Amino acid sequence: MLALSRWKVILVLASAIFGLVFTLPNLLPPSVLEAAPSWLPHDKLSLGLDLRGGSYLLEEVDTNALNQERLTNLTEDVRARLRVAQIVFSDLTLAGQKVSVRITDPGHYDQAFKLLGNQIGEGLPGGGRDVNVRQTADQHIEISFVPQAARTAAEDAVTRSIEIIRKRIDALGATNPSITRQGANRIVIEAPGESDPERLKAVIGKTAKLTFQLVDTTLSADDMKAGRIPPDDEVLPSDDHYQEAYVLKRRAMVDGGMLTNAAGSHDENGSPNIAFAFNGMGAQRFAEATSENVGKPFAIVLDKRVISAPVIRGAIPGGSGEITGNFTEESSHDLALILKSGALPAPLHVVEQHTVGAELGADAVKAGQLSILIGAALIFTFILLAYGLFGGFAAMALAINGLMIVGVMSLFHATLTLPGVAGLVLTLAVAVDANVLIYERMRDEVRGGRPAMSAADAGFRRALVTIIDANVTTVVAAVIMFNLGAGPVKGFALTLLIGVLTSVFTAVLITQVLIGWWFRAFKSKTLPIV
Amino acid sequence: MWPLIKLLPKKTNVPFVSLARVFATLSILAVIATGVGAVWPGLNLGIDFKGGTVLEFNTGARSADLAKVRSAVSGLNLGDVQVQRFGADNDAVVRFQTPAGADAGVVATKVKGAIASALGQVSFLRTDVVGPEVSGELEWKGLAALFTAVGLMLIYIWFRFELQFGLGAVVALFHDLTLSFGLILLLRLEFSLNLVAALLTIIGYSMNDTVVVFDRLRENRRKYKRMPLRELIDLSVNETLSRTVITGLTALLALSGLAAFGGESLRPLSIVLLFGIVIGTYSSIYVASPIILLWGMRRDDEPARPIGPQPANARAIPKP
Repeated sequence: MLALSRWKVILVLASAIFGLVFTLPNLLPPSVLEAAPSWLPHDKLSLGLDLRGGSYLLEEVDTNALNQERLTNLTEDVRARLRVAQIVFSDLTLAGQKVSVRITDPGHYDQAFKLLGNQIGEGLPGGGRDVNVRQTADQHIEISFVPQAARTAAEDAVTRSIEIIRKRIDALGATNPSITRQGANRIVIEAPGESDPERLKAVIGKTAKLTFQLVDTTLSADDMKAGRIPPDDEVLPSDDHYQEAYVLKRRAMVDGGMLTNAAGSHDENGSPNIAFAFNGMGAQRFAEATSENVGKPFAIVLDKRVISAPVIRGAIPGGSGEITGNFTEESSHDLALILKSGALPAPLHVVEQHTVGAELGADAVKAGQLSILIGAALIFTFILLAYGLFGGFAAMALAINGLMIVGVMSLFHATLTLPGVAGLVLTLAVAVDANVLIYERMRDEVRGGRPAMSAADAGFRRALVTIIDANVTTVVAAVIMFNLGAGPVKGFALTLLIGVLTSVFTAVLITQVLIGWWFRAFKSKTLPIV
Repeated sequence: MWPLIKLLPKKTNVPFVSLARVFATLSILAVIATGVGAVWPGLNLGIDFKGGTVLEFNTGARSADLAKVRSAVSGLNLGDVQVQRFGADNDAVVRFQTPAGADAGVVATKVKGAIASALGQVSFLRTDVVGPEVSGELEWKGLAALFTAVGLMLIYIWFRFELQFGLGAVVALFHDLTLSFGLILLLRLEFSLNLVAALLTIIGYSMNDTVVVFDRLRENRRKYKRMPLRELIDLSVNETLSRTVITGLTALLALSGLAAFGGESLRPLSIVLLFGIVIGTYSSIYVASPIILLWGMRRDDEPARPIGPQPANARAIPKP
């Protein structure tokens, strides 16, 4: 084994060069790196959010709310279709997951059933429609979503939410955010850097459903208190300073889906407001509604809360206007960018957040560097003291191993996290174990009466099985850890995994070549470790 | 006298097996103590598994007025809120559970607002929020990971060694896991995902150490056919002793650097790993091997032919 075949030497040199070349970008100052020729690798280790600072947000699409909204829309759809077809009905109700309606005239029953069956709901990607329409007793028709529809709707909501979130975050000016889908109804947002996590959360999490609704001024305060509200009205809480709540017409004059533009602006007094513009259809509707209701108040409603309720002074024909309310510079700016990006299809909830300040991250990097340096220094010293020259060989193999780990991680853009640093330290220790096994085996063989060269050779050969055996267990543990979970622990598993693989290679092959050279150069008859 | 390895006696004859009874008793006591500790005072679950929020903030030049923070937060109806100093005078940590039904992210934002308005200038160094949806999943995933790891090690051992070896290794594995868990209980460490990672690493290391001793035991069994099992075990442990000591020391040295300088958040992880290495080493000597002794080892039907790579000029078998 110690006979140095050419491929072994080439492999060792290649790995050392690989490690050095791919690790170098991490060690060079940025100015030197930029000046380096482009064929050299420039990729650095990417640091996890716990080291560079930043926010990790796991958002969950509220599937219950989504489902409820789809059912409400379904009910309204049934009402509209039947009205258009001039079919008289009664008893249109939404109970649980089912919409049911009674067709008054038995002569229209079959017609209504056919009509609803053909026109209600939407096509599914796999074919078929997303609703079941059934005839039930007493001239009732029952409509419900097929089970698959909920999943499709959730996935669709996630896809649309991701697009909208991306627009919002880009507008906020975050650097290199990553937005990815997780599972059926979750979205992971990773935003490195110092941006304010609470502002980020607020901008992402606002559903931003904007509607302009008329205020129902026919109701007295007593009616409102007593809860005598007509079925096509609703009571919504208010954030203006005038009233705690308003009674509004349910039907919106216009909604945020028709906005083409929104921007933070100022009114004549200099207080922040939001300027907006509607598209053609929105402008037309807004003009009609305002001209019909001059002198009456209407409410600007965001996510079921009234922002303000101005009185219509005259018809507004141009399709543009301003929203006034209790805004600060920042909140008007943020709300404008949220409105422009469009409403989320369903509310999002934060189910996990990890934010590390840049300062803390920098401290962690320092601590990590220090502990790696100290750990490595202790290992080097110890192994040199313990095994002398051969310890030096092991230390060299270890150094190349370190380079290779960092090189591989830089090459594959693997992320180094704080626990990953611990993984790195542990890996160095495990790497030494391979050399210890080899050297102890050599000592055994010498004790058994073999000459130095043959003992060294047998040491490598016979320790190999044990080394592989011993490392398989670590690999298994690391793979499981990687599948377990969240970012930081994944980082630990990854460094451990890469480290174990490279360490078997370096500890066995590199020390072998070094010891081979040593034998060739010094023709030693004894081993320095016996 | 350098290198130091020359100082180690060439051949050690520590009668490990004869001390096995004493250590087995100690081990059993420690395992029982862990069992008691798991019931009372119980595991200090971190937010990864329990859900909730941890906020760390810094008040700059002024020291943090914790009483103010407490009164500001108590108005928010969050139930039990812990406010503690964290390291320095101007550093503090607030922990609380998200009330049922509330949006964890929204509650965290509210609390941050309350702290900021109570103290004026504060910078939040760290915000960790884990909602109940996620913590439930993580709890399940963490347990599943530990069980899978143990299961896979079993399969591995089963392939690699015969039954009685496997049994010893498994008992050693559970022993190490239990006692590491015991340490976590004893030090009241917050049980987090990081610690699950540490436990998984310990499973790997403990196995590794046991495998090395067993490999030698199996080899010696073929070499010294007539040697009594007790002596065979002592011999094998003694032969691998220098490796065990050196590898263990290297790992301890490296990790002690991590424990001392790696910072607050890595300390629990490194402490548990340090302990795991000590206990993993101990168990391969005092738990895994004695189990084999207890169980006995079939040797009669062992074929005389040596398996695996053997030098052509095999040494003469010394008389036991």
